[in-house]
Order: sequence, then structure tokens, then C-alpha cells
Amino acid sequence: MGKVLEVNGPIVTIQQPGIRNGEQVKIGRMNLIGEVIHIRAEDALVQVYESTESLRPGERVEGLGHPLTVELGPGLLGQIFDGVQRPLDKIMQLSGEHISRGLEVSALDRERVWHYVPAPGIVVGNRLNGGQVLGTVRETETIEHRVLAPPGCKGEIIEHAPEGDYNIEEIIVRLRLDHGPVESLMMYHNWPVRQPRPYRSRAKSGLPLITGQRILDTFFPMLKGGKAAVPGPFGAGKTIVQQQIARWANADIVLYVGCGERGNELVEILQTFPELTDPYSGRSLMERTFLVANTSNMPVVAREASIYVGVTMAEYYRDQGYDVVMVADSTSRWAEALREVAGRLGQMPVEEGYPAYLASRLAAFYERAGNVDTLAGAQGSVSLIGAVSPPGGDFSEPVTSHTKEIIRTFWALSKPLADARHYPAVSWLESFTDYSERAAEWWSENVSPQWSLRRQQALSLLAEADELERIVNLVGPEALSSSQRWVLESSGLIKEAVLQQSALDPVDSYCSPDKQFQLLDLVLQYHQAGTELIDLGVPVEQLTETAFGGEIKRLKSTVSNDDLSPLQDYSDKIRQSFDLMRAEYHNHRGAAS
Amino acid sequence: MSELEYRKVDSIHGALMFLKGVEDVALGDRVQIRGKDGRRRNGQVIRTSRDVVLVQVFEGTDNLDLENTWVRFLDQPFELSLSPDMLGRNFNGIGAPRDDRPPIVSSLRRNVNGSPVNPAARAYPREFIQTGISTIDGLNSLVRGQKLPVFSGSGLPHNRLAAQIVRQARLPGDSSNFVIVFAAMGVSYSDARFFEQEFESSGVLRNVVMFINLANDPPMERLILPRTALTAAEYLAYDLDHHVLVVITDMTNYAEALREVATEKGDVPSRKGYPGYLYSDLAEIYERAGRLRDRHGSITMIPILSMPSDDITHPIPDLSGYITEGQIVLSRELHGKAVYPPVNVPPSLSRLMKDGVGKDDTRADHPRVASQLYASYTRALDARNLASIIGAEELSDRDRRYLDFADRFEADFVRQGADEERNIIETLDLAWELLSLLPPGELSRVSEDDLHKYHSWEEH
Ligand SMILES: Nc1ncnc2c1ncn2[C@@H]1O[C@H](COP(=O)(O)OP(=O)(O)OP(=O)(O)O)[C@@H](O)[C@H]1O
Ligand SMILES: [Mg+2]
Repeated sequence: MGKVLEVNGPIVTIQQPGIRNGEQVKIGRMNLIGEVIHIRAEDALVQVYESTESLRPGERVEGLGHPLTVELGPGLLGQIFDGVQRPLDKIMQLSGEHISRGLEVSALDRERVWHYVPAPGIVVGNRLNGGQVLGTVRETETIEHRVLAPPGCKGEIIEHAPEGDYNIEEIIVRLRLDHGPVESLMMYHNWPVRQPRPYRSRAKSGLPLITGQRILDTFFPMLKGGKAAVPGPFGAGKTIVQQQIARWANADIVLYVGCGERGNELVEILQTFPELTDPYSGRSLMERTFLVANTSNMPVVAREASIYVGVTMAEYYRDQGYDVVMVADSTSRWAEALREVAGRLGQMPVEEGYPAYLASRLAAFYERAGNVDTLAGAQGSVSLIGAVSPPGGDFSEPVTSHTKEIIRTFWALSKPLADARHYPAVSWLESFTDYSERAAEWWSENVSPQWSLRRQQALSLLAEADELERIVNLVGPEALSSSQRWVLESSGLIKEAVLQQSALDPVDSYCSPDKQFQLLDLVLQYHQAGTELIDLGVPVEQLTETAFGGEIKRLKSTVSNDDLSPLQDYSDKIRQSFDLMRAEYHNHRGAAS
Repeated sequence: MSELEYRKVDSIHGALMFLKGVEDVALGDRVQIRGKDGRRRNGQVIRTSRDVVLVQVFEGTDNLDLENTWVRFLDQPFELSLSPDMLGRNFNGIGAPRDDRPPIVSSLRRNVNGSPVNPAARAYPREFIQTGISTIDGLNSLVRGQKLPVFSGSGLPHNRLAAQIVRQARLPGDSSNFVIVFAAMGVSYSDARFFEQEFESSGVLRNVVMFINLANDPPMERLILPRTALTAAEYLAYDLDHHVLVVITDMTNYAEALREVATEKGDVPSRKGYPGYLYSDLAEIYERAGRLRDRHGSITMIPILSMPSDDITHPIPDLSGYITEGQIVLSRELHGKAVYPPVNVPPSLSRLMKDGVGKDDTRADHPRVASQLYASYTRALDARNLASIIGAEELSDRDRRYLDFADRFEADFVRQGADEERNIIETLDLAWELLSLLPPGELSRVSEDDLHKYHSWEEH
């Protein structure tokens, strides 16, 4: 038994001969849990997941013999866990509204009984490898949980349980390991969070991750298994973007990690998701969702752990052959937790107080995203989407700039857009994606062969308009030609009719891929038809005076995903009206000459 | 551990005292210090080891020396005695009376640090509070249990605004009043007096608990004051079922005290010398606002902070904005134009507005009108900007309309009297009056229905 030597905020110095780096320790009368992060000749340093207030030197310390692990098995979905995977509603039963310290609660319910159906290959005498599916249980109405053998085990099945009702601690398979001993497998196993779960091989990149958000899907698409970041100053809309993804993404499983952010944002999810229907399964969204929460007022060290706890659980569902999306709000708080610990350890800060290993830790985290062929021979993916909260909204700060190097999709939020309540405030100038070609294949096959062209046209129109606006701001609108003014009109239309999309609008909160394309197509047709008239000499005022502009801006909220025919009708209406204008103009001119 | 008194101060450094050779003391424990002058001071253990104990002294260490300083470890954390008698009283940062009345005696004492609320125990705040101020109610509505700071600057009328909110805040159709916890750190005597008189003249003084640390009071006490005040607020809200409105001013003075200690301790600085943990530290304070599922009471928080050099990207407003549920930003420019309250609309935000307004809470068009005003006003500011470059005459007709809109919006909607109370319907009607300056084709954030109902456009 060791003892406490010094208490310095969340860092505790202990004397405990034989302790190993990374090992979990239990500290003092309050049974605080921590993790050894540094070993020296005489003593060791522990980062403690709970507040160390009232801890004193001399209190006892006990090594637990294992690193930080999570429990992986049925019963994770629908739950909310703290940063070290303790279920928050269990904690509430034990300690009321405030979280007290030293509570030991396991992640998975020991009492709950699941109906287990063995997989076909689970037969005495057969070989079994780590990661293989032992059987299935229905975890929620939408998700079949595939019980996996822990990675690393290898042997011959000598006994197995028949179909039936079991709790997670009952033995369902016994196997003789290749090196002799017998191992008993249950419906869950533990896995150390800092170690990525193994897979057979990386698979090629997946299909687009459809989020129902036009600016994301159409303009800066991401793929399943991809890595993306959402940077932006406070209030720009990072959380809402992530919540929208959690709601509407075409993934099998969504994990929402609230890392150092507001308690109320998690409550919002807990209260609204059970009532929302998943657009793909038609069932409650909560059936495919689970949460990890270390809010900003919870201890900092558990914040650092929460990201790993989250991504390990995400990998576990990936290994069952699912497409998993993990959103993390905010990775900056995680980085700050790193900085906090580094500072207390007296490690040399390199930039803005961050330790030198910030970039490599970030890269290692995002590296856990990807599409894989699983050990069980299925395909699964983990998509990682991290919010970044740069101080002062300055994207050149260390966390944003390192993240930008690592991720492949960058949804940059802009303060001026947010100030004008143009949501999502994703900047079309600063954002980028490396996945647009892969995405184009899907869109062209499933939605329209015109997709790439339309997307490109819209982006160039927006870029041209930004250029023209600069000119206007220098010399005034009179300097522009008619067709240039029409470009400004149309780009305004793209911004308001297509890019802007309120998460709060019941019709427009989710926009199907077909609707996304048709809306954009409509606006661009309108632009082209107008350009032709202007080239003929029709004055631009005549076009802007029509009611079309105002009406087009409202279509997103009036036309529902289920019936897009009004968009077609509307586009016909525009064509007829413009044809009429052209005819009138010709007559007029004919009469004049 | 016994309540021994030690005379083992090894060194004194700013507000910090290093002690050697004391028994094992616990982190966060309360300490009493007595110097040669006999004055009793309070401190707290902020680092502890077998060799050295580090104590932070709230009253500062002036006039203390190494030989004649006695230190007593009380073997308990900082606690506040709680009782209904706190109402109408005035305390300092550690909860000692500032009025000439006896200290609060109660068997109920709580650690001022509190412990984190379990997110699973929270209820989502969604009840609209009417403050009678158009820029808040109409555009950035406050709901019960929200933390909504005022970002201000020196010389701007944030106190007047806060006092007006305190005076006018109510739930439409609910007669129960707020109980007020007023926490002041490093404010001038006249500012503190202003609030006291406000509470007195509006007859709420008996429903107010004040925790006050003036500009000339010990700065380190500011580190504990908001925690003490929020411990009182939690008691009033969750034990006594009150709806509590907490006004905290000035968070900038708090953060500066924190920086001072951090520097003395040698903590690694992040931006502008503030320690990296400023975010988490502020969050411990701000996140104590809210609602709980099984409690009647609530804590609504209005922190006031002055932005150094009016810079919203300064770490104090910046980190606050990352934690709170929006912000009301004041503008020096509007103040210069004699617009009260000088609310700078574009950067202001209420994140909890979305669930507290609309059909069942205020009026169906409310969320859309708010979004439209934002869109139109920012567009109008662009037009104004353009006019300043090329001259108003050069503007298009459409832009000239926007110019007019901007002026009227500031003069009629933003500006109101310090005693003027507009109910939400009046605010929304006023909004439509202004939106009627713009043609319907420019108003795409509102619905066709809204336009039919409320927009009166005549081509001029
Ligand atoms: N897509 C959207 N539709 C409608 N409203 C939005 C949208 N995005 C953001 N908002 C509005 O902006 C507010 C702030 O957004 P959000 O909370 O997502 O910001 P954030 O970037 O996460 O800020 P912080 O860094 O402080 O957490 C929301 O409360 C909401 O009112
Ligand atoms: Mg956020």
C-alpha cells in the first residue's frame, strides 16, 4: 500500500513502489480514482479524475493493476456516461443531483437480462478468434448488438450456451486457448481506452455521410469513416452543427461526446432525442444514440479521458460492422486539459502553454477514424467530427492549426455570418473538403449526373460575388454592369435559398439529397435564364422586381422532402414567365425599331 | 487533526504563504492567520505536501512577518452558514456580515465550492422571462435558469441595465417574484451604493442578499466571493424553492485576482498572462446557474464583465462567451449617440431563446421576427458602411431604405427609457412597424402568413 506525498490540484504525487505507468490507482479515504502518468525513482505522479479537495498527504494509495478501460457489451446505447464511463443516471441514484466523489459504478447493468442468440459458427470443436461474433442480442429496436469475442483471444470452443436469456456476466462460451488455459467469455469485455481496437485492414473510403445540411452535404461533403473539424468562435454554431449531425446523419450509431461544454446542451439532447424519429429507421433517435459527458464544471482530467472513452466505444460498434459517427464538442477543451496537466508537471510549453506533444496526440486521436474490414469480416466505420473553439476566434492558434493539418473536411464557421443569423454559419470561402470527388460518384449515381457541375457553378458564383462586393465597397454599385449586378442577386439567392438552413425550422431542419439538389438546380436555372435575358438587353431591374426572388427563398421551408413536385412546378412557372418576358422584350424592340 | 496553531511560516510571497513542518493538512482547508497586529485573516490551502503547505490569504499578507505570524488549520473546507435570515443582509466574500448585525448562525453549512451538478439531473430551461427591454425580450430572450452575461466597457451603463432587468424581470402571468443575490467584486463604493438604492427604492431590499467586496477591499477575497454567493443562491433556490436572479459584477475583477495568484504560484500562462485553467475556473461559477428536474426553484444568472479596451476577443469575455448561454454586448458607439440601453445587436445572442419563445410562450411569429430583424439590421449596417465610403446619394433605392431602417431601429427599438417597460407584444408590434419600412420581398425570414398578418407595406 502506498501513500500520498503531495496534492497539487488534480495532480497527486504518490509513493508506491512497483506501480506501472498508465495504471489506475485508488486514492485516500474518498476512494478517488486516478491514472499514473509519470514515474520517477522515488515517487510517481497521478492525474486524478475527481476533485482532490480535502485530500491530504499521508493518505493511502492502492494500485488497481490495470489501465483505464471501458466495458463493451450490450446496454451502452441510450445511456449517458461521464468521462470515465460511469452512467450518470446511476450516479444520480447514488448521490442525488450533485456528483459526489469516489462512487464506484460499472458502465453496464449487471442485472439486465438480454435474449442471446448464438451465431451459427459457435459450435463445440470450432475455432474461435478474437473479434469474431459470438451471437446477437437486440440492444434496441433498431440495433442488433453483435457480441464480440475480445480481440486477441484464439482457441477452440469447448462449451457454449444455447439461445436464451442471460445477464452480461453469465458465461456464454468457453474456449481452450491455443496456449493451454481455458477462457470463459461473457457478453462483455474490457478494453484499454488508449489503445486503438484492432481490425483486419483499412478499407477504401466509404459513401458520403449525409447530414441533411445543404452546406455540408452539397458543398463540403464528408465520407463515412472520415475526419472533420468544425472550428468557430463562441456562438457561431458548432454545437448546433454537431447536434444536427447527431440527429440526421445516415449512420447506424451516433455517439455524442460533450467535452468541457455546457450541461444544458446535453440535457437538450436527452430530452429531445427520445421524441425525434430517425429519418432512416422511423424509430426514436435515442435508440441509436449514446452520450459521454464531461461538462465544463466537471473535473478537468476526466475531460482528457472522455475523448478516448468515447472513441473506444465507437470502435466497438464499428467492429460489429456498423457505421458510427462520433461528434466531440469540443476538442479544444480536451487540448486544454492536456495543457493543464502538462503545466502542473512542469513540462516545457511550446506554444500558448501547450506541450510539444499536442500535435501528435491530436493526430493519434483522429487516426482512430476510418473504414475498416473488421476482425469478424464485416465492414464498419468510425467518422470523427470535432468542434474546435479557438480563443478569440483566431484560427491560427495551435489547436485549430494542428487540427487543420490532420482532418480532411473543414467546416469553418464565420462570426459575421452568425452575427447576421445566417445559419449554419459555415463559410464557403474558408471551408474545404478532400472528399468531393468520392462524394460526386455517389451523388451522380443516386441523385443527378449534374451534381458536380451545379456544385461547381454555385461555388464560382459565390466567389465571383465576393469579388464584386469588394468592388462595390470601393466605388459603389454604379460601377457594376447589368450582368454583374445579376450575379450579386443570384449569389444572394444561393445564400438565402440554399445555404442558409435553420435547425429550428421543422420542414427544413433535415433536407433530403434530392431536395438539396433540386433547390440548387432551381436557383441556378433561374440565374441562367436571367443571364440570357440580360444579355439580350433586358434591364436587370425588370428581373429583380419580380416576386420570384422572395418566393424562391421560402421554398426550402414550404416544400417538404416527401413531395418535391412543387419545386418542378415552380421551375416551370419561372421558365414560362421568363419566356414571356423575352417575347415581350422582342416585341417591344421590334415595335421600337 | 487537532486545531493546532503553528508559527512556521517559511516565506511570504504576494498573497501566498509557504509553511514548513506542519502536519498533513488537506487541500482546500480553511486557515486562520493572526499577525503581530492581532488582526485575524482567512486563508485556504491551495497545495499541500509533507514538506511544504501553500496557503492563499484572502485579506493579503501586508504587515505579516515570518516570526510573529500564527497559523491555525481549521480542518474543514470553506463553508457558509445558511438560513432564511440571510435575506436582506449584506456580507463580505467569506460570508461575514458587512452590516452591523450579528453573523448568521445555523446548523446548515455548505462547502462554498459546491460539487458539479449531474447533467442528468438538470431540467432544460425554457420559461420566458419578460424584462421589458426590447433588445432582450425581442431579440435575445432570457429564460429562467439561463446564464446571460452583459459584456460591457468602462463608462457604459451596464449597472443601469442590470438594475432595470432586476426591477422589471417577471414571468408573464406569474406573480411570484425573484429573490436576488447580488455579488459585487472590486466595484466602487458608488456602484455598490447605486444597486443598494435601486433595491431599496423598488422595495425589494428584503428579498436581496448582498455579497460585496469593494475596490479597496482585499482583492484575493474576490476569488471566493462568487462561490459564497452562489452557495447562498443554491440554498435559496433548491432548499427554499425561490426563483433566484443572481447578478455578479464585475467578472473582470475576479479574473484579474485569479491571474495575480496564478502568477505568484508560477502557473504556466496561456493568453495575456491568464492561467490555462481560467476557462474551467469560470465554468465552475457560471455552470451553477440552471434548473434541476426535481426542484421548484431556479438560478438565473446575469454576470457583468467589462471588456478590457472594449475587446471582445480578450480572454475574459472570450472564455465567458464560450461558457455562458449567450451574451448581451454593449456598444460605445450607440452610447455615444445617447441610445440607452446601448445594446450592440449583432454580437448579442441568447442561446436558450429558441425553446422559450414562439406560439406557446410569446407569439408564433417571435422567432422569425427576431431572425428577420437580425438579418435586416446587419444588411442595413452594411448599407450604412457603404454610404460612409461612397456617400448616401450614391446608394441604390433599396440601400437607402435600409439606411432609414437602421436609424429607426436604433432610435425606436433599441432605445428606450430606463424605466420604460414594454411587454413582449408591444415589442413585437414595434418590430413589425420597423419591418414595414422594408418591402415584403426583402423579408424572407418571416413567413407569408406573418406578412399578411403584421406587415403593412405601402409603396412610397
Ligand atoms: N443551424 C442553425 N439554425 C438555427 N440556429 C442556429 C443554427 N446554428 C446556430 N444557431 C443559433 O446560434 C446559437 C449558438 O450556436 P451554438 O451553441 O451551436 O454555438 P457554438 O459555436 O457551439 O458556441 P460555443 O463555442 O460557445 O459552444 C444557437 O443557440 C442558435 O440559437
Ligand atoms: Mg458549443
